[in-house]
Amino acid sequence: MTTKFFDHGRIERNITLLLVLSLITVAIGGIVEIAPLFWIDSTVEKVKGMRPYTPLELAGRNVYIREGCYNCHSQMIRPFRDEVERYGHYSLAAESMYDHPFQWGSKRTGPDLARVGGRYSDEWHVQHLVDPRAVVPESIMPPYAFLRERDLPTADIRDHLVAQRRVGVPYSDADLDKALDDLTAQADPAADPTELQKRYPKAQARDFDGDPARLTEMDALVAYLQMLGTLVDTRAAEPMEQPR
Amino acid sequence: MFQPPGPTKTGSRTLGQKMENTVIKAGGWLGLGFVAVAAAALARDWGFAVQMWTVAGAALVALLVTMRNLDLTVPAGPGAAVRPSGYYDDVIRWGTIATLFWGIAGFLVGLYIALQLAFPMLNLGLEYTTFGRLRPLHTSAVIFAFGGNALICTSFWVVQRTCRARLAFPALARFVFWGYQLFIVLAATGYLLGITEGREYAEPEWYVDIWLTIVWVSYLIVFLGTIVKRHEPHIYVANWFYLAFIVTVAMLHLVNNLSMPVSLFGSKSYSAFAGVQDALTQWWYGHNAVGFFLTAGFLGMMYYFVPKQAERPVFSYRLSIVHFWSLIFLYIWAGPHHLHYTALPDWAQTLGMVFSVMLWMPSWGGMINGLMTLSGAWDKIRTDPIIRMQVLALAFYGMSTFEGPLMSIKSVNSLSHYTDWTIGHVHSGALGWVGMISFAAIYFLVPRLWRRERLYSLRMINWHFWCATLGIVLYASSMWVAGIMQGLMWRAYGADGYLVYAFADVVAAMQPYYLIRAAGGGLYLLGALFMAWNIAQTIRGKLRDEAPMADPPYDPVKDRPLPARAPTPADGTVPKPAPAPEPEPEPVLVTAA
Repeated sequence: MTTKFFDHGRIERNITLLLVLSLITVAIGGIVEIAPLFWIDSTVEKVKGMRPYTPLELAGRNVYIREGCYNCHSQMIRPFRDEVERYGHYSLAAESMYDHPFQWGSKRTGPDLARVGGRYSDEWHVQHLVDPRAVVPESIMPPYAFLRERDLPTADIRDHLVAQRRVGVPYSDADLDKALDDLTAQADPAADPTELQKRYPKAQARDFDGDPARLTEMDALVAYLQMLGTLVDTRAAEPMEQPR
Repeated sequence: MFQPPGPTKTGSRTLGQKMENTVIKAGGWLGLGFVAVAAAALARDWGFAVQMWTVAGAALVALLVTMRNLDLTVPAGPGAAVRPSGYYDDVIRWGTIATLFWGIAGFLVGLYIALQLAFPMLNLGLEYTTFGRLRPLHTSAVIFAFGGNALICTSFWVVQRTCRARLAFPALARFVFWGYQLFIVLAATGYLLGITEGREYAEPEWYVDIWLTIVWVSYLIVFLGTIVKRHEPHIYVANWFYLAFIVTVAMLHLVNNLSMPVSLFGSKSYSAFAGVQDALTQWWYGHNAVGFFLTAGFLGMMYYFVPKQAERPVFSYRLSIVHFWSLIFLYIWAGPHHLHYTALPDWAQTLGMVFSVMLWMPSWGGMINGLMTLSGAWDKIRTDPIIRMQVLALAFYGMSTFEGPLMSIKSVNSLSHYTDWTIGHVHSGALGWVGMISFAAIYFLVPRLWRRERLYSLRMINWHFWCATLGIVLYASSMWVAGIMQGLMWRAYGADGYLVYAFADVVAAMQPYYLIRAAGGGLYLLGALFMAWNIAQTIRGKLRDEAPMADPPYDPVKDRPLPARAPTPADGTVPKPAPAPEPEPEPVLVTAA
């Protein structure tokens, strides 16, 4: 392809030129689309109520990721009448601002979980995770009974919070120092949760898995599921969206 | 650690240099082994310990192989060790076998998880066999293990032949191959152990990502090095696509996997980005894993193997230039169409949609260039099952690159997103395009790599073709119906203004379609098993006794004009037929050079 101004043959004979031009060509799209998301303020509009995950919720979220729940469950409600009616107010960008990584998902083999918190009882969740078809006969979800049998590893929870802080989650020094206490206090019905709830508003503290004697992975996962979508008061957020 | 460039080093290298080289390499593997054992001993979680023991085992094997390969005999003269063909094909031979192996493994896992959706008891109640852990195993096995090995081995074949140069850095190429297999094993066992970053198609954890980066940069060096020492002035178009694929995948992998490990001795890490930014970075990666891994790389494959098999030149040189640059420019923008109507800003969604629709054109440019290469050779579809596979691959490429832009339109996506329609779309591209074009390339390569007269059986390719085609049709059509039905049921409102179906009703309605899909996947796997048998027999040097597919039947006795019709005698006696003439000598067909 040769014209007076341009000879593609030059690129075909020069590997450096081909390499550099290809790299520039493929870099442009990403730079234009992704980079602005980091500095345009309206990308994530501030809403009241968002806070980092409590140590127990974070541990539960890690179980959620480990088991690959995102392969079948989304956490992103789209602004359609049926979705809002089925799952609740459509998801706001700010609601996943502390999600490293995001878990919006791409497939709904099972229902959306973005606002599943508080919709079912702890007992329902435990029973459903142990044997899904015992509570939903049509379900095709795998059973996760082993979560109830396994103690939650807690020793390195502070390191998890440190790593989260390094990628930008605003945990305070107090949060880091009390990570282990917070973790155990949230699942222990005998502990006093006021200290925890002061730093993590709306944190739900109780025994989640029906076995107060043990802190299991089931405790963590149910604690995570029960807080999903509960932090932001979407009715209060609504008027703030209008002025745009 | 690796041999310096240059084709004839072996001949002139002294004994001391060889010894030194081996010691350095062995020391390197020993060092890696020690690091892995130390990391296993200090591991914070047992999954990480298992992974590090795997690395240590691999390092030990590499160490033993390095030491066993030390050959202290002095070659008779310069160039004595060079093979007759002059091309370095060992890695390609291993690569074709690895492609087949991982392909069948990946299809098998796919079939299993398809059946899990129809029969949930197949999750077996074990944590290692749940759908959530096996699904990444399936996607990674078919995309990265099957597709990746196919791309690596064909790219090494194509770059040598089109550059008329022996592969640069053969030792590094061996490292690329085995290093890549280690990456696959680490990723796959990691998923079963629950080690995942939790982002689709980028699930391997931080240390596996680092290892893949080393392997991938080595791959780029081998590929570029071979092009640098080429004897052809022009770089052939297939190499542009392979190069764009290697470079872009490196860029995507590096940016998307930026993460913060919790501990250097633990498997867990947290993505550097969060929420909206993480989502778009991930789908920028995810969509271009499709665009560059599964499209650009395989277009490179198409641009070599289709013209070779058809024995026709590429249809249009100008079209190849235009569609190459427009394809790689446009593809990278298309990621946001995975995030329509989410919390991603509207402007990004719209950009993603517009570019996705535009992408239709360069995609079809590639399809047209491939299909039109067959002009003048269309009859081969009837006689050559390899061409038939390639044509089907291009047809499916065309169909899925039409369906893709369609589904990226926001109003269509509002129905199709989150449903099985997406799964059907992906598989029409993956099974139809990626699978078929790779199978054809392997059928082309194997007799040449093992210096066999021909494949064990051409008719068996035909069986493979029909099993696979029927499988894809069942798969794609059942998922279209299932997906559209799912989307419509979710949004169905009754006359009373309430949602008609509970979510569980929709799940129950899917079962027949999941069964049809599993049947389609089973047929596709069956086809691949035919292929494995065919390839194994070819490598063993066997030839199946079968009627050739190409020759229409020819009987010289019948090849003559009808005898002159004698007037029917009035007395009713049968006229004596004319004696059969001598069969004429067969005409010699002059074929165009």
